[in-house]
Amino acid sequence: MKYSNLLMGASLAALMSASGVYAESLKVGAVATLEGAFAALGEDGLRGIQLALNEFDGEVAGYTIELISGSTDASPDSAVRAVRKLVEQDGAQIVIGPLSGSEGIAIRDYSKTQPEVTFLNGASAAQDTTLRETSDNFFRFSTEGAQWMAGLGEYVYTEKGYRTVAVVAEDYSFPYTQVFGFLEPFCRMGGTSPQDARFYVPLGNKDYSSVIAALPDEVDAIYVALGGADAVNFLSQYEQSGGDLPLIGGSITMDQSVLGSKGSQRDYIIGTPAAGPISDTWDDPRWQAFVTDYQETFPDGFPSPSLFAHGYYINAKAAFLALEEVSGDLSDGGAAYREVLAKLSFETPTGMVHLDERHQAVGDIFLTEVVEGPNGGLLNKTISVTPQVTQTLGLGYEEFLAYGPVSRENPVCE
Amino acid sequence: MALVAAAILLWLVFAVWPDWLIDAIGRKKTFVTTLFNGLTLAGLYFLVASGFTLIFGLMRNVNLAHGSLYLLGGYIGYEVSTRSGSWILGVVVAFVALAVIGAVLQVVVFRRMQGDDLRQTLVTIGISIIAADLMLAAWGGTTYQFTPPDALFGAVELPIISVVKASGAMVMIKYPFYRLFVLGIAIVVGVGLWILLNRTRIGMMIRAGVDDREMLAATGVNVDLVFVLVFAIGAGLAGLAGVIGGTALSIAPGEDVRYLLASLVVVIVGGMGSISGAAIGALLIGLAEQFGLAYFPTYGVVLTFLIMIVVLAVRPQGIMGK
Repeated sequence: MKYSNLLMGASLAALMSASGVYAESLKVGAVATLEGAFAALGEDGLRGIQLALNEFDGEVAGYTIELISGSTDASPDSAVRAVRKLVEQDGAQIVIGPLSGSEGIAIRDYSKTQPEVTFLNGASAAQDTTLRETSDNFFRFSTEGAQWMAGLGEYVYTEKGYRTVAVVAEDYSFPYTQVFGFLEPFCRMGGTSPQDARFYVPLGNKDYSSVIAALPDEVDAIYVALGGADAVNFLSQYEQSGGDLPLIGGSITMDQSVLGSKGSQRDYIIGTPAAGPISDTWDDPRWQAFVTDYQETFPDGFPSPSLFAHGYYINAKAAFLALEEVSGDLSDGGAAYREVLAKLSFETPTGMVHLDERHQAVGDIFLTEVVEGPNGGLLNKTISVTPQVTQTLGLGYEEFLAYGPVSRENPVCE
Repeated sequence: MALVAAAILLWLVFAVWPDWLIDAIGRKKTFVTTLFNGLTLAGLYFLVASGFTLIFGLMRNVNLAHGSLYLLGGYIGYEVSTRSGSWILGVVVAFVALAVIGAVLQVVVFRRMQGDDLRQTLVTIGISIIAADLMLAAWGGTTYQFTPPDALFGAVELPIISVVKASGAMVMIKYPFYRLFVLGIAIVVGVGLWILLNRTRIGMMIRAGVDDREMLAATGVNVDLVFVLVFAIGAGLAGLAGVIGGTALSIAPGEDVRYLLASLVVVIVGGMGSISGAAIGALLIGLAEQFGLAYFPTYGVVLTFLIMIVVLAVRPQGIMGK
């Protein structure tokens, strides 16, 4: 026993001295959903950070970036647990993440208790994270769920002629944000979505057959805002039950993390309109270069980067760009670093991005349609691009707040 | 009383609903489909929970790695069925592979700590965590979906009238055939287990072992062998359910915990160690989950645990528990 204790002590000492060698390293925490229904999504998010890090050859301003990842299961408490460990035990001064909407709100709240640490969003896209009760040290260089819907409500109303839609969505802040972003213009133009045709199911629900049975017949289409495994389940069960209503996709529903899943291909969703921060087939050289880079670096990833890889990539890139500008100096508790971040404006694979006064990104949004790709897989084809969408969707801040917080019933839209 | 309830249920299923009823609880299609969904989900839960309850009944061992066996069965079945192109082969291999793994687990791990409940529980939790990470490493976080054989794909028309249109044409209710198949498998497995336990010599030994292990050993039966057999059957059923359930829904990381939780609730409600209890518990939970999802989706989850609390308060040993 004594010997093993001695051995342990010796190896610990060796470890400690070894870490001394890398004194020039800088710890960056990464939080992603590596468990549960969104595991595939979190995995792709981390690929995004890796891509950004590769662009800097793993070294920013002379410091080796030491990436420490923390895993969550998409629940807010697991996110806070993971980020606490990264900050309070590992001593990370920069944290990138999380992935899911309600996690983002939880981490923003936590960030207020750690004013010396800088938090950058991963891919979480709930509206309130950067709209109400914002935090000085939480930054979101990715756009959020309501911004992602830009143009979709108008498109299905005028081009597809839909007037009444049912809603199937998960029951937390991000899908609320998406439903709001989609319905607000749709209903303003005259469309309706009755409250009893909106189905909010718990995150991680697998069996949608009863929801499918309860869907009303008299709607023109179903708006689906489900993610990851949940979306895969809904889509295949809808097909199996002989459903024939056209679908409208939420951003993460018609994403590579769903379209690229294993198993039988769901051809009937070809033609489904959706909107989001990326479009698989966009022919812009910046996007094409990003896709090629992704495919070459991760041959076993999705056929094309998901919006989670994209979101984490952008936030990580912002983190490293600003770090370079302050020459890696965070000795003032990161104050100068955050000042640089707030003013940062840079070129991403999907166009220019800068922040508004609440640290929320303003960026381009893509209106898309599902098509069959050249190699058989399903892809999102670009229909149009809405440039520089703001979080307040073009309105003033106070004016936008009058819409009220996103929720199951907002907008009412009867 | 039971007859009246059965008559009402039959009437609800087969009669054409009058308008006042539709106004009160919605369309008949929703009700009947949800009823069938509840039954088929109950079938799936029964497949998983019957193995769980069998293992507990005999060995007093709460195998908290049971969900991992389900998920592993699903992944193995997926690999086999996509490579061989035969879904049936996937089902068979998943059953056999998990039965073998279960037997090995019993011999290598559980035999060392027989009768030591706390240790067994902690060890099974440990196994389930390690297994979840290993599976994540091997198969990644992506959702996998099986392609069922063509014969099982698509929807069939049930001999149940949904509505009679103004023209007099009758609209029948359509239902996915595969789900009926799941229900069929569950019934076959349930009947098979019942026969095995009640009509065979091995079943006699297992039942005797549930009641009094020491006495069974004293009569010269090799109890260890019976344990291995039961564990193999229980684990095999979990693996089988992995493929059957993975085809009806899908397999992805996190499913292990979901099915472990479902089996726990089913077994707590039905009574630990009882096969008929597992069937009743599965029915209750399956129906509650589906009706909750269809009629009040946001708060449906509560229903399941409400049932559990009521059972624990009124009959703590479970409905069929001793």
